[in-house]
Amino acid sequence: MPPKPQALKILDIVTLILFLIAVWMVFFYAPLEAVMGQVQRVFYFHVAAGWVGFLGFLLAAIFGGIYLRTGDLKWDRRSLAGVELGLVFSFINIVSGSIWARPIWNTWWTWDPRLVTATIMELVYAAYLMLRQGIENPVRRARFGAVYAILGFVSVPISFLSIRIWRTIHPVVIGSGDPEAVGGFNMTPTMKVVFFFSLFVFTVLFFDLLWNRIRLGEFQHKIEQLKMKVMM
Amino acid sequence: MISVRKLIKRFGPKTVLRGLNFEVARGEFVGLLGPNGAGKTTFLRVLSSLSSPTLGEVRISGFQLPGQAAAVRRRLGVVLHQPLLYGDLTAEENLRFYGRMYGVADLEARISAVLELVGLSKRRRDLVRTFSRGMQQRLSIGRAVIHQPDVLLFDEPYTGLDQDAAAMLDDVLRQIAAQGHTIVMTSHDLARIADLASRFDVISRGVIAASAPREAVESRGLLAFYREAIRNGK
Amino acid sequence: MESKPVDALNPAKIPAAAAPGRPVASYFRTLGAIVWKDLAAELRSRELLSAMLVFALLVILIFNFALQLDARTRASVTSGVLWVTFIFAGTLGLNRSMAIEKDRGCLDGLLLAPVDRSAIYFGKTIGNLIFMFIIEAIVLPVYSLLYNVNLFNPGLLIVIVLGSVGYVVVGTLLSAMAVQTRTRDVLLPILLFPLVIPVILTAVKASSGFLQAVEMTEIWPSLNLLIAYDVIFIALAFMFFDYVVEE
Repeated sequence: MPPKPQALKILDIVTLILFLIAVWMVFFYAPLEAVMGQVQRVFYFHVAAGWVGFLGFLLAAIFGGIYLRTGDLKWDRRSLAGVELGLVFSFINIVSGSIWARPIWNTWWTWDPRLVTATIMELVYAAYLMLRQGIENPVRRARFGAVYAILGFVSVPISFLSIRIWRTIHPVVIGSGDPEAVGGFNMTPTMKVVFFFSLFVFTVLFFDLLWNRIRLGEFQHKIEQLKMKVMM
Repeated sequence: MISVRKLIKRFGPKTVLRGLNFEVARGEFVGLLGPNGAGKTTFLRVLSSLSSPTLGEVRISGFQLPGQAAAVRRRLGVVLHQPLLYGDLTAEENLRFYGRMYGVADLEARISAVLELVGLSKRRRDLVRTFSRGMQQRLSIGRAVIHQPDVLLFDEPYTGLDQDAAAMLDDVLRQIAAQGHTIVMTSHDLARIADLASRFDVISRGVIAASAPREAVESRGLLAFYREAIRNGK
Repeated sequence: MESKPVDALNPAKIPAAAAPGRPVASYFRTLGAIVWKDLAAELRSRELLSAMLVFALLVILIFNFALQLDARTRASVTSGVLWVTFIFAGTLGLNRSMAIEKDRGCLDGLLLAPVDRSAIYFGKTIGNLIFMFIIEAIVLPVYSLLYNVNLFNPGLLIVIVLGSVGYVVVGTLLSAMAVQTRTRDVLLPILLFPLVIPVILTAVKASSGFLQAVEMTEIWPSLNLLIAYDVIFIALAFMFFDYVVEE
């Protein structure tokens, strides 16, 4: 098995350092928000995780498309990595959204279109994993996975729009439900710095984890191949 | 009629067909033998266009798979393990459906002719659900020939048939063979195929291990020929 | 068995198989053959339709008790109840329709024919759509009678058509996938429901709009989104069906 590439080792360390800086910034550098207090700090992670979750699914759909074009199974492995990371970060997005909502609006859930769309996206990709689980043939599994990843990804923005339309006749009873909108809070310049830095760090973290996960996938694949050889 | 060169078929990491070569001239009746797992069914599925080759060349009636699949399919009749028939439709409705799918001209006349060939004229208005396995198999052959294909592929057609049904199937196959169709049939039942085929090929471990015309095999007996091919193939 | 001179079947004596004819005509002939086959088989057994119908009526009944609908609330939830009923009953139909093809290897039979794969897909989709329309055509009057609500509203009917199309288009493609997995029946709703949420939301909103005689300007956004969904997913299904059935 080839050793970990130097670049990846460096990336691991850089990611760790950046992440620690980001945590420090969020807790100590960012100002205390007047209305919401300490809990508002969740926001920096919440949005960043949401963005990265979306990125994971976008890459999964793209890699799936490339697989369908080329038939090279390595793209399927990459697509799966994208889905897994997307699921994890989306989950963080949803849970952090819930944690934020509770003290502010006294509710565990706001029917905010973005939050609901994130949940639907999560369910789509959970279904993706279940689909893969039910297929033995690796080529069929890759093909079906790719098709579903693309279909799922296309349906998400349409879901978002349909929820927005739906909401105009079903306004949320408690609170605005739109954490970033006017009436939520306005970001001071310092907050903006922390916000964008946080986005940046999460993106770096995403690619670091993605690279590691893809490497893992390649190892798994090699092991399967060796197993086949031994059994023949 | 059929020309296969260096056919490789992989399913992910597993290679089932390893550079298989296979030539069949018009009118030949090839009995394809081989142990389980040798690749018989996979090979037949590639020939039938249901499975596409990973590498290599497959030509039927001059047309190439997978590129010219539609042209190949028009000239191909396939009988598999499963009858490919709709239980809730009658025999003639099934034939009518497939006739339409293949764009058969003069369909009603053909349906009658085909039912006559496979000995099911009296049951034409009965639901296929009520047919025995032997009858379904015969109707399945009818389905396979309704569009006058050049080449016929059979995958273990005798499986699950009793003596009477098998004898009827023999009759139908003999008639079809007599008309000059090119036929490839896989079979486990050496006794039956020994009488029908004009040539015997043995698949072992993803390639053709041996091929011999009927005359060459007759003296030794088919079983001996088969065993030797498997031994040599290892 | 007497052997007759069956020259009619002798390939050496007859020119090659019937010419395909104009491609467009043969495409529609294939579509027609598949749709006719599904309808004819269903007419005989009536398995699929009766299962869907009974299920739909049960769902409506259960909603009645579960939601304890009085005359006033009923007006506002009618759309929702109808669409949930259609979605659930539709799943039964989709599952069954593909299972019939898979069980006797008939899908192979379809794939062996010299026809465009998309023709197979559209044939099955149209068949499934017709079954869904039949169920809807029965459920609507029944609901009207039970709850004394007038559902014969042209706007509503249009929404039902558009929504059903979106649902069946995606459902047929996914059922072709699901039927090839181990977890088959269970998997289809899990795959399908997240993807058809836009259909449900917009269809319910538009249906409500028409039933409550709301201004067209308020209904248009939903209708537009529904139409957009239908168009996009018909195109995607057309592109992807090959990948789902090829080996």
